[in-house]
Amino acid sequence: MAKIRGAVVVDVERCKGCVICVNACPTNVLNMSKEVNGKGYTYSFMENPEACTGCMSCSLVCPDVVITVYRMKVG
Amino acid sequence: MITIEDIIKEENKVFSKTKLLTDKTFSYCPGCGHGVAHRIIMEVIEEMGINEQTIGVAPVGCSVLAYDFMDVDMQQAAHGRAPAVATGISRVFPEKYVFTYQGDGDLAAIGTAETIHACSRAENIVIFFINNGIYGMTGGQMAPTTLVGMKTSTSPHGRDLHNMGFPIKITEMVAQLDGVQFVTRQSVHTPSAVRKTKKAVKKAFENIKNKKGVSFIEIVSNCNSGWKMTPVKSNEWMEENMFPVYPLGDIKG
Repeated sequence: MAKIRGAVVVDVERCKGCVICVNACPTNVLNMSKEVNGKGYTYSFMENPEACTGCMSCSLVCPDVVITVYRMKVG
Repeated sequence: MITIEDIIKEENKVFSKTKLLTDKTFSYCPGCGHGVAHRIIMEVIEEMGINEQTIGVAPVGCSVLAYDFMDVDMQQAAHGRAPAVATGISRVFPEKYVFTYQGDGDLAAIGTAETIHACSRAENIVIFFINNGIYGMTGGQMAPTTLVGMKTSTSPHGRDLHNMGFPIKITEMVAQLDGVQFVTRQSVHTPSAVRKTKKAVKKAFENIKNKKGVSFIEIVSNCNSGWKMTPVKSNEWMEENMFPVYPLGDIKG
């Protein structure tokens, strides 16, 4: 059976660290960084990239439109 | 073995920022629903291919700088007067898609008369009403839409029913008017709510195309800095407290 793999790219400098995407992710891919960006906000990143299905939940709720989503079929 | 680099390719892209939002970073607080609302409106305009025919009217409030972020023709209106300005624009340019984007302090307080009369005149416009129950930009003062018992900077012990009355449900009020074609109340705090809101926005712009009169879309949103909560907590608070008073769903049309 074909499997769906996804990946997200976060525009780190525009992220304001609101954590809404981390909360919206159904497969617990995202988490907040320990480091901060140029404005002093922590930013979200893929902590668990294998679990991402590219469902776009994070990008739909992101208030600053910083998340780009990619998705492909594997196998 | 598939690596992240294999997935991140142009042909696999399923979501990216719409071209109709400028590269400027939003001036809104982290977690504010305005950004999602902006994105949905601009995505619908891009998908319908009407960006050259669209004119937006920005209000006074947090979204006063909306013209910096939305890459369509915009006009700034005086406080609360966006429906009056939109009336003028849509009468001079009847073929254009005219929308107003207003907060609850703008639309439900100082602009109540303009809103109600533009609705009763059946102007061919869309009114977006972002309701967070507070004056966000000026420091979280009590608005007409503030819930009973809700603490704000001008009602520090909670909105008192005897002194300050009930919150105005302006969306239900305008639904009574014959000039209004489509009235709905949506939110933008979860992926499914965002999808429903987008569907409603699309319907509203199609109503303009078919010259059907006013479409009125209320978006119940959070104001985490005004409510003094984290963004995630404010969304939960909104579900528990705002939605019983402002229930989601289509009201008319």
